[in-house]
Amino acid sequence: MKRSGMTGQRLAAIFMVGCILLNYPILSLFTRPRVIAGIPLLYAYVFGAWALLIGLLALVIERRRD
Amino acid sequence: MLQGWVIVLVAFAYLGVLFAVAYYGDRRAAAGRSIIANPYIYALSLAVYCSTWTFYGSVGRAASSGIGFLPIYLGPTLMVALWWYVMRKIIRISKAYRITSIADFIASRYGKSQLLGGLVTVIAVLGVVPYISLQLKAISSSFTILLHYPRIVMPAGAVALPFMKDSALYIAMTLAAFAILFGTRHLDATERHEGLVAAIALESVVKLLAFLAVGAFVTFGIYRGFGEIFSRAQEAPKLRALMTVSETGGSYSTWASLTFLSMLSIMCLPRQFQISVVENVDEDHLGKAIWLFPLYLLLINVFVLPITLGGLMLSPAGGVDADTFVLTLPMAQQKEALALLAFVGGLSAGTGMVILETIALSTMVCNDLVMPVLLRQTWLRLNERQDVSGLLPSIRRLAIAAILMLGYAHFRAAGEAYALVATGLISFAAVAQFAPAIFGGIYWTGGTRNGAITGLSAGFAVWAYTLLLPSFAKSGWLPLGLLTEGPLGIALLKPQELFGLTGLDEISHCLFWSMLANIGIYVGVSLVGARRVAETSQATLFVDVFRHTHGFDRSRIWRGSASVQDLLPLTGRFLGPDRARDAFLAYAHRQGLRSLDELRADADLVHFAETQLAGAIGSASARVMVASVVQEEPPGLDEVMDILDEASQVRAYSRQVEQKSRELESATTELRAANALLKELDRMKDDFMSTVTHELRTPLTSIRAFSEMLLHDPRMHLAERKRFLAIVVKETERLTRLINQMLDLAKIESGNAEWHPTELDLNEVIRESVDATSQLFREKGVALELALSDSVPRVMADRDRLMQVLINLLSNAVKFSRPGEGRVEIRLGTARSGGQDSLRVDVRDNGPGISPADHQTIFERFKQVGDTLTSKPEGTGLGLPISRRIVEHFGGRLWVESELGSGAAFSFILPIGLPSEASEKLAREAAHTTT
Repeated sequence: MKRSGMTGQRLAAIFMVGCILLNYPILSLFTRPRVIAGIPLLYAYVFGAWALLIGLLALVIERRRD
Repeated sequence: MLQGWVIVLVAFAYLGVLFAVAYYGDRRAAAGRSIIANPYIYALSLAVYCSTWTFYGSVGRAASSGIGFLPIYLGPTLMVALWWYVMRKIIRISKAYRITSIADFIASRYGKSQLLGGLVTVIAVLGVVPYISLQLKAISSSFTILLHYPRIVMPAGAVALPFMKDSALYIAMTLAAFAILFGTRHLDATERHEGLVAAIALESVVKLLAFLAVGAFVTFGIYRGFGEIFSRAQEAPKLRALMTVSETGGSYSTWASLTFLSMLSIMCLPRQFQISVVENVDEDHLGKAIWLFPLYLLLINVFVLPITLGGLMLSPAGGVDADTFVLTLPMAQQKEALALLAFVGGLSAGTGMVILETIALSTMVCNDLVMPVLLRQTWLRLNERQDVSGLLPSIRRLAIAAILMLGYAHFRAAGEAYALVATGLISFAAVAQFAPAIFGGIYWTGGTRNGAITGLSAGFAVWAYTLLLPSFAKSGWLPLGLLTEGPLGIALLKPQELFGLTGLDEISHCLFWSMLANIGIYVGVSLVGARRVAETSQATLFVDVFRHTHGFDRSRIWRGSASVQDLLPLTGRFLGPDRARDAFLAYAHRQGLRSLDELRADADLVHFAETQLAGAIGSASARVMVASVVQEEPPGLDEVMDILDEASQVRAYSRQVEQKSRELESATTELRAANALLKELDRMKDDFMSTVTHELRTPLTSIRAFSEMLLHDPRMHLAERKRFLAIVVKETERLTRLINQMLDLAKIESGNAEWHPTELDLNEVIRESVDATSQLFREKGVALELALSDSVPRVMADRDRLMQVLINLLSNAVKFSRPGEGRVEIRLGTARSGGQDSLRVDVRDNGPGISPADHQTIFERFKQVGDTLTSKPEGTGLGLPISRRIVEHFGGRLWVESELGSGAAFSFILPIGLPSEASEKLAREAAHTTT
């Protein structure tokens, strides 16, 4: 249990970061009729944040030492 | 090309491949070489979450709510991050107690309650059957649409078809056959279906590839990439709205509540529980799945918005249902192969979900609904039948068929009604009601059976009232007035604005009220009500699973008596006699026994039999069956409390250990100090010994040297001989003196010396001492002056000892005086020292004097001042130490005052009025010696 303690806590932290990034009010900051590289800002942001979360999950899982 | 038979052939070919994979998987599993025992297959199989509701429905949702389709997939992404804690725990619990369904899990947690298991099953069936019918509808519709190629016709009239021509019926029957074949082929105590999992994983690959292919075709084939689709869509005001969250109030709350709802669903959907918990091969597979599964969800959603926008732009008239864009866009572009691939993708999404869901539900229906009822029917005499193992798969097969037919019936009845469109989320909200009982069950020992039953019932009732009822009303089965006016015209009870709550969409509204009721009542009833002992023990086993699965002494909460002759046939009745025998034999071997006869029917065996049965008929029924052959005493509350106290005992113990270690530490410090003292004493002893040895060796060496000379040289002159012999005698005397003094000192120091104290006149003692040493003075030509005082008081002391001191001081004075010119003065007088009247004796000489640095040293043993290398030592080095000890013994003190070159004065004082303690001691010694 001890060994996996940090992994679990890191994952829980990612959970919280995700809950904040992908919800109001952060989300409302990107609700603008703007386009980034041809892609609507909100759409780009949600998928970007989503990919970031997956990347973080992968990082934590694959680099755990047990 | 796309004639009906081609489509049917492709569909059946696809199912055939699935069948082959499943068959191969089962074969490999039977051979012990699992093909699903890796995290990638596990992660892929989790993607059974994506049903046709994802494959076709996401586009449909996106067409109406833009980016609003995403929370359904963001929720699981977030939730899996917590799986490290939550899912690992659920898997561990389920594996330890052979739990085979979500109903079993909840029932087992709350005291193996049959009532709770049944309730969960009913809710799951009611909640999920519409969802199954949605899959049937989607598969059927896609088939119908594809059949009309190259025309694009919406299958509005499909329901009107007679049964025999309805593709949905055949789809349902085919799926039932598949589920029966791979879900109930054999009765496994763990309820794992390796072949099925392999097939599900393959389906996940197929649907992802199909969706990506369609997405890529629309994005890069019809348009020139994402940029063009979005920029074209920007031009249409209707489409522009889809690319932002609408500013009207409530959109963000919808977003949040859908995220929350899907977080719960990924845990609570029966098929997700089946695939993530029951079918899990290895707990460690969870790790990779935590990021692979969200990645899958991301990939399958990347092209949703492009397909939606493309579809809306290409068929602006609205003649085509957005739900079918994935299929109709390739058709409209005359891409037959792609359309067929899309159809197969939809088929894979639908079949995977339906097969797994019906298997999961059939296990629940069989174990938690049918078996408990059957076992209660005494007229069936089920308890007396020798082998009912054939009965269980039959019940499950029937259940699978019944569930699919129920789904089909719902599909026929609901048709194009509103109910079907919103079905996905309504199902989610229904199963989400399990969440409080599950999460509370694994993290809170306080949750009780009554709390879970009432909470779940309340949540379900609120769900039915606020979500199911309105969907019926909107479908036209109930008067719409119910929604607009409220039941019996009571506005406060309007199902979608309960107690006047407005501003929320219907899902958020339902979720809020049902969760409030569910959690509130669950917690409230649990806190208020009393708990049964069985509940308490199960609660502890679940919450502390990581502590209890290893070496947990189960016998402590089980008391009773049973026999192998009862347990084996009982297990055999449900598992089949041979399988039961094998299982028991394997158990016996694990215990290190050779045969079944050696098995002892102890708590562990009963538990083993019960878990075996639980795998087959569910924990609640297994409990009942085992109880029927085991004379069981309920565990005393004390014993259960013992377990609960374990933690506090451990804490108390650790406090004791801490205390002990502190004590140990202080003992160690003391020991270390004592050790240091001992070492110091040891070193001093060594020093002393080496000094003594040295002092003794010096006279011995000269004695030996001169004796040998006398021995070896017979012609030596007489004078020479006399001289040598004189030296030998002198050295011998010195040796004797040395030894005597050492013994003397040792005696004094150890307190063993004999003292004969009497009242003395010091004048007399001094005169006698001077007489004794007068020869020395004369020989060396040293003058001696006496300054005595006749009227001094008498003192209490040992006469001989005092003379020893005086003679020592006088002979020292002579020794260090220059011959002929030396002058020694001895003086007696009174003095006051330390508030006490004393007699003081000074012996002063005019010798070379003693450096103040050596004033202490000369009173140490064997320490003589002067250069020992150049001048021969003149004494034993023990005289002064002995003298000081003697004076101190009589309560006085001895010291020296001197400077180099100006003579030395040795003085001592003896108290006249002795301190009472010392005088008593001396009196005792006097008395002792006189008697």
